[in-house]
Amino acid sequence: MNKKTDVYTLKKAFETSLPTLAGYGLMGMAFGLLMADAGFNFIWAGIMGLIIYGGTMQFVAVELLANHASLLDTAIITLLIHSRHIFYSISMIDKYKDRGKARPYLFYALTDETYALVNLPPDPQVNKAQFDLDLSIMNQCYWILGDMTGALLGSFSLFNTEGVDFAMTALFIVIFLEQLLTSDEFSPAVIGVGSALLCLIVFGPENFLLPAMLLILAGLLFVRKKLEKPPEEKNRD
Amino acid sequence: MIDQTHSILIILVISVITILLRVGPAWLFPPDKPTPKVLVYLSKVMPMAVIGMLIVYCFRNTQFFSFPYGLPELIGALVTVVSFLLKRSTMLSILLGTVTYMYLIQVVFV
Repeated sequence: MNKKTDVYTLKKAFETSLPTLAGYGLMGMAFGLLMADAGFNFIWAGIMGLIIYGGTMQFVAVELLANHASLLDTAIITLLIHSRHIFYSISMIDKYKDRGKARPYLFYALTDETYALVNLPPDPQVNKAQFDLDLSIMNQCYWILGDMTGALLGSFSLFNTEGVDFAMTALFIVIFLEQLLTSDEFSPAVIGVGSALLCLIVFGPENFLLPAMLLILAGLLFVRKKLEKPPEEKNRD
Repeated sequence: MIDQTHSILIILVISVITILLRVGPAWLFPPDKPTPKVLVYLSKVMPMAVIGMLIVYCFRNTQFFSFPYGLPELIGALVTVVSFLLKRSTMLSILLGTVTYMYLIQVVFV
C-alpha cells in the first residue's frame, strides 16, 4: 500500500474518532477527578486507562480502591461488568482474522464505542486494517489523556459539564441509524433492543447487560437459518 | 504501604480479567485455523444487536414515570435522529443532540 492511502486512512480514522475525542475526553476527566478525590494522582489514573481501559469498570474501580475491596470481590465484579466483551470479541474473530501483530491489541481495544465504530460500513478508499488500528489507538489515547487530565485538574472545571455523557448515547444512536440505513435485515436490531428491554425490566438497570447479551446470542442463533441465505448451510455447529 | 500494594493488586486483577475477556477469544480461535461458520455469521449480525442493546443501556436510569418523564433524553435523541436523517453528519448530530440535552437538563428541566 502507498503513502497516499495511509494518509487518507489516518485522516478518515481521525474524523471517525472525533465523537470519542469529545466523549472519552470528558468522561475520562470525570473519572480522573474521582480518582483525585479518592487520593490517587494522575499516574494511577493514566495507568488504569492504559491497562483496564473501560469506562464503567474504572468508575467502579474507584469505589473498590476507596473501600479496600477484597481481590475476590474485585474479580467477580470485573467479570460481571466486562463479560459482554467476550461476545464482542467472539463476533470479531472473522473480521480481525488477518491483522498480524496488531491482532491482540485490536481485540484488547474493543470498548463499546470502538466496537461500534469499527463495525460501521467502511469507506471503500481506506485501508481497513490500518483504519481499525489507527482508530483503536486514537480512542485509547483520548481516554488515557482524559483520565490523566481529570486527575491533574482535580475539581477545577471550566464549565458545567453535566449531561455531556449524552455524547456517547448520541454516538450509539447515529451508528445504529447508519447500520439500519445500510442494511436490508432488521431482525438483529429487533433482537438487540428487545432482549435489552426485557432484561432491563426483569433484572433492573445495573445487572441486565449479561443476561441481555446471552438472550441476544440465543436470539441470533435462533434466526440463523432464516438469515443465512445459502440453504445448504443448515449444519449447526 | 500495605494500602498501596493492595491498590496495585486491585488494579492488576481488573486488568488481567479484562484482558482475558477481550483477548481470550482471539487466542482460542487463532487466525491460522478456519473460523467456525457460526462466528462468521455472528460477526455479521452481532454489531447491530449490540448497539441496539447499548442504546437501551444508555437510557437505563431514565425516569419515564416521574418528572421530567425522560423528556430531556427523548428530545436529545430526537434531535440526534432528525439531524442525522437530514444531514448525514455524525459529528453534527452528536453535537446537536448533546448540546440540546445539556441545555435541557441544566436550564429547562431543573
